[in-house]
Amino acid sequence: MTARIGVVTFPGSLDDRDALRAVRLAGADPVSLFHADADLQGVDAVVLPGGFSYGDYLRAGAIARFAPIMDTIVDSANGGMPVLGICNGFQVLTEVHLLPGSMIKNEHLHFVCRDQTLRVENAETAWTSEYRAGEEIVIPLKNQDGQYVADEHTLDELEGEGRVAFRYVGWNPNGSRRDIAGITNARGNVVGLMPHPEHAAEPGFGPDSVEGGRTGTDGIAFFTSAIKGLMAKA
Amino acid sequence: MPKIIVDVMPKPEILDPQGKAIGAALARLGIEGFREVRQGKRFELKVHGEITDEVLATVRHAAETLLSNPVIEDVVSVKQKDCGNGGGCCGSEASADALAGAAPNGQKDLLA
Repeated sequence: MTARIGVVTFPGSLDDRDALRAVRLAGADPVSLFHADADLQGVDAVVLPGGFSYGDYLRAGAIARFAPIMDTIVDSANGGMPVLGICNGFQVLTEVHLLPGSMIKNEHLHFVCRDQTLRVENAETAWTSEYRAGEEIVIPLKNQDGQYVADEHTLDELEGEGRVAFRYVGWNPNGSRRDIAGITNARGNVVGLMPHPEHAAEPGFGPDSVEGGRTGTDGIAFFTSAIKGLMAKA
Repeated sequence: MPKIIVDVMPKPEILDPQGKAIGAALARLGIEGFREVRQGKRFELKVHGEITDEVLATVRHAAETLLSNPVIEDVVSVKQKDCGNGGGCCGSEASADALAGAAPNGQKDLLA
């Protein structure tokens, strides 16, 4: 059996193709899913990709969150299906209340595009089990509305329950509370983050690493983590 | 045509980077005397027919469901506009979670 991982295309998604490619490189069957369909085509996991769904009109992710496919995804996520939200996908996950908090405009108001160092804080989620807790990884970050905010009570709860999945290291690129780059739900099957693991999945097309220019593939383990988890259950 | 106006503002405890940038730009232009600028959103909803309590309730639902994100924003006011004679006929309606200091009536006077 090969795991089947779906990637949803919304109007204005940009990184759906890269996410599908990363899924394939990790060893799963990539499945294109469309926002207007309610059917998940029997996939085992779903990725909500980056981009500017509906042009970020109103608020990032605010309109995509009401797409027909989201009802099915919310039901499946509540049933334990792994769901990963990357950048705009993370924004959609907060708007649909699968993850707490929200993203507002970067503190410095600039669009940021850089290779970003993150620390993996929780290596027990469906999307991080192939990392070690405390491991530092480098993957690209590119956003304008990336400042993670939540009230203090929610932040304390996230910290207390080990639900901060990733933290920015070295520089906080958007003013996110407590340097939070990504979080998970209590069950660990839903993960959202602003940086882009799918852009660090293939040698020659990733961030620079000690091995040479564009050789970084630190993001691929998101996908191999999910596949391993799905295979263990199968 | 009757309209319903919905005003949405970032919650007081949420930083407003855009408002901050606007405040800095005002100071650069020599337009001074403001302690803080915060930027919100105004929605205008034109209604089929009469504005009834039911319509206002629907708009409040829309305001809290789609127009605002309660994690970062407050619906400051939901009120009707375009009554024609300018004074006191608009039946201002503040939503349940309107900020105490928002004073929709004062706002209406400013708009008149």
